[in-house]
Amino acid sequence: MSEGNLPEPNGNGNELPQPLAVQAAEIVAVRHGMFGGSGTGGDTSGYGRLVRVIEFPGQSPRPYGGYFDEVENELFGALDEQGLAPETAIEKVVVYRDQLAFHVRRAHLAQVAKTLRDDPALRFELCLGVSGVHFPEETGRELQILVPLLSISHNRRVQLVATCPDEDPHLPSLTGVYPAVDWHERETWDMFGIIFDGHPALTRILMPDDWPGHPQRKDYPLGGIPVEFKGAQIPSPDQRRSYR
Amino acid sequence: MGIEEKVPSGFLLSTVEGLAGYMRKGSLWPATFGLACCAIEMMATGAGRYDLARFGMEVFRASPRQADLMIVAGRVSQKMAPVLRQIYDQMPNPKWVLSMGVCASSGGMFNNYAIVQGVDHIVPVDIYLPGCPPRPEMLMDAIIKLHEEIQKMPLGVDRVQAARAAEEAALKAIPTIEMKGLLR
Amino acid sequence: MSVDVAQTVGDDRSEQPDPASGPTVLVGDPYAAGSDPAGEQVFTLAGGDWDEIARELSRNEGDSPEERIVVNMGPQHPSTHGVLRLVVETEGETVTEVRCGIGFLHTGIEKNLEFRNWTQGVTFVTRMDYTTPFYQEVAYCLAVEKLLGVEDQIPKRASVIRVLLMELNRIASHMVCIATGGMEMGALSAMIFGFREREQVLDIFEMVTGLRMNHAFVRPGGVAQDLPPGAVDKIREFLTYMPTRMKDIEALCNENPIFKGRTENVGYLDLTGCMALGMTGPVLRATGLPHDLRKSQPYCGYEDYDFDVVTWDSCDAYGRYRIRMDEVRQSLKIVAQCLDKLEPGPVMIEDKKIAWPAQLALGGDGMGNSLDHIRHIMGESMEALIHHFKLVTEGFRVPPGQVYVGIESPKGELGCHAVSDGGTRPYRVHFRDPSFNNLQAVAVMSEGGMLADLIVAVASIDPVMGGVDR
Repeated sequence: MSEGNLPEPNGNGNELPQPLAVQAAEIVAVRHGMFGGSGTGGDTSGYGRLVRVIEFPGQSPRPYGGYFDEVENELFGALDEQGLAPETAIEKVVVYRDQLAFHVRRAHLAQVAKTLRDDPALRFELCLGVSGVHFPEETGRELQILVPLLSISHNRRVQLVATCPDEDPHLPSLTGVYPAVDWHERETWDMFGIIFDGHPALTRILMPDDWPGHPQRKDYPLGGIPVEFKGAQIPSPDQRRSYR
Repeated sequence: MGIEEKVPSGFLLSTVEGLAGYMRKGSLWPATFGLACCAIEMMATGAGRYDLARFGMEVFRASPRQADLMIVAGRVSQKMAPVLRQIYDQMPNPKWVLSMGVCASSGGMFNNYAIVQGVDHIVPVDIYLPGCPPRPEMLMDAIIKLHEEIQKMPLGVDRVQAARAAEEAALKAIPTIEMKGLLR
Repeated sequence: MSVDVAQTVGDDRSEQPDPASGPTVLVGDPYAAGSDPAGEQVFTLAGGDWDEIARELSRNEGDSPEERIVVNMGPQHPSTHGVLRLVVETEGETVTEVRCGIGFLHTGIEKNLEFRNWTQGVTFVTRMDYTTPFYQEVAYCLAVEKLLGVEDQIPKRASVIRVLLMELNRIASHMVCIATGGMEMGALSAMIFGFREREQVLDIFEMVTGLRMNHAFVRPGGVAQDLPPGAVDKIREFLTYMPTRMKDIEALCNENPIFKGRTENVGYLDLTGCMALGMTGPVLRATGLPHDLRKSQPYCGYEDYDFDVVTWDSCDAYGRYRIRMDEVRQSLKIVAQCLDKLEPGPVMIEDKKIAWPAQLALGGDGMGNSLDHIRHIMGESMEALIHHFKLVTEGFRVPPGQVYVGIESPKGELGCHAVSDGGTRPYRVHFRDPSFNNLQAVAVMSEGGMLADLIVAVASIDPVMGGVDR
């Protein structure tokens, strides 16, 4: 881990947590043209100069609506009590399609998860796994995990999102907080190569032990073979020309 | 295998072939080798409505050493491939392989890093059964077709000849990519 | 001293014992020569019987008080519920340690999805957990619809059909669970009964979707086609005889002393354990906690149906079996309500930019695009043809973002995490399969118990390896 795992000194005393500034949408990638595929030539459609910027939703403006504001207040208050400024731990809060996601800085992931689990007003008892995503074009935060949490006591859901760069693919393991993520983290390591620091036995789980590479990353080919027909050959789906 | 292999070519051999084939086809014991979706259909075939027992194969053997038909029911992953080959090696001769479903036969829709593109890369397949998954009726049809093949299975000298003929035919065969005509 | 017994299969051992010369006992670890800890002897035995080990052990008696036997069960084993590998360390008949090996059915479905358009994704996800195809389809479609922001526009009839199919599927899945679980315990009659009932459900599926399994019937925006004529009558008939058929199984198992002896207090996992291990579904409800997403976070209009969440308070395999049986009854109740709620109407979203352009119809050569539609696009309207072509070859675009949708599958919470980059194909789809998560509990459920109870514990979780490995 690059950052230390120590809590930041608390500067703002008993003040209420400040809402995070509304940020612009996060640009994940920029696509050119309409068609393409790896291996085949450029765009011959005449639409080669089309540029599409792919933006993920940024920090949402408050109030979020529903129970989301309450969850945020409780979480920020609880983090404050522990002497951790919420702005240090939480990068942004995104409400998208009626779902609340806390984007957590990786150094504080375990602490935020523990707070969400233990605080009586939050009580997110159930962790539903870890799901990795690879954004090769987003420099510095290529690898992302999403951890959905469910509170049976309050009947609420939140998601934790954490990212790490490709050069330093380390995230703190949540096994200490939620033992349930054991296999899920192994799967994410197997498929994306994210190393979960503190995991008791981070080994491959789905692929054979000696498999090279992490197959569900975007830079790993699909690995299909061309399909032969009489007098024709159809390349595997990732080699074909396709819509962008 | 046994004394039947030593019988000289001719009337006696063909009689022994017919007799051995009849016995073998009537007592085909499949190994329980369920992998994926097709395995559920294979179990349904063995259960009440389709009742595979009518063809003398109600005993799915758990141990490959007691089985002579391997029904590869489902997609074979790269991780499963060595296991599959070992189970095949453990089965006593004569043995047959039925590749059930498109995933086992050719990789099917899963043309990717994880799946072996056809179980014939690992073991010799006697009969391919298409479908995703094949219905129990199709599985029974495939097994009965395999029974016919087993009935006609040559022994001794005849088998050597048959193997030679098959090899010659395979050498003469045109690769699919060089074939002409309709796509079928 | 420890003895490593590789039971004939599943172990990638290259050496094969010659059956004629009896079992082979190799002294020393063939994998790691010279790596044995000092004073510890490892015997590796492949493909033989237990006499040989007993002889070897008796010869070395007194060497060490500790005798551990490591047995490798699976991946090809009739009692492991598919291609599950269990590495079991035993002391006599007692299991001291169990570890699961999974991944033998890893299919790369999630990666394959990324190269097909959003509608085609249904075809892949339905093949994950092959006993609950409709649940994956619905979870995926709900996620796509959430990303599109069109949840409110799904026609009511489509939602009712989804619920109808899901609940029928729950019956089929629980029947398979009881059938295979019974078979693994040696109760072959349970298997015959379970599959008999499942066939009745599959007949309905076949009538509605054309396939017994792997339907790809639920599509983003609705369902592929309306219920065929006669389907409602067939389902009503099913509702009349299914309760009596269930009595057969219940009479066979509920109070059966052998069945109870095998399942009661076996595979014990209490609420604390369930919470820590993220267990959901019958395993969680067997601890007495009435957690069911259909009630707590309704989707597809489950709030309009009258049903109970079944619980049991024994935390064991028997409780899970009873919950499954009672859930089948609740499902029958929901199915009956679905039939009453079916009102004529569209089954696909109004928005023509999302809805699949052609409805299916029965033609001379079987099921296909309706002839009216073909006449329309080929003979009447150029724009309709362009629209059809664009939507079928390119597909619709989904706004960038990510959502997580959870639904209550027969085995627990089935989650779908869908990420879109604004393209016509999924950027990433991940399924949180309940069996994958629940299988983690095998060790805690069976360590310290008997070897035979391990099988019952695994069967009571009802893992389906297609879903576990994906």
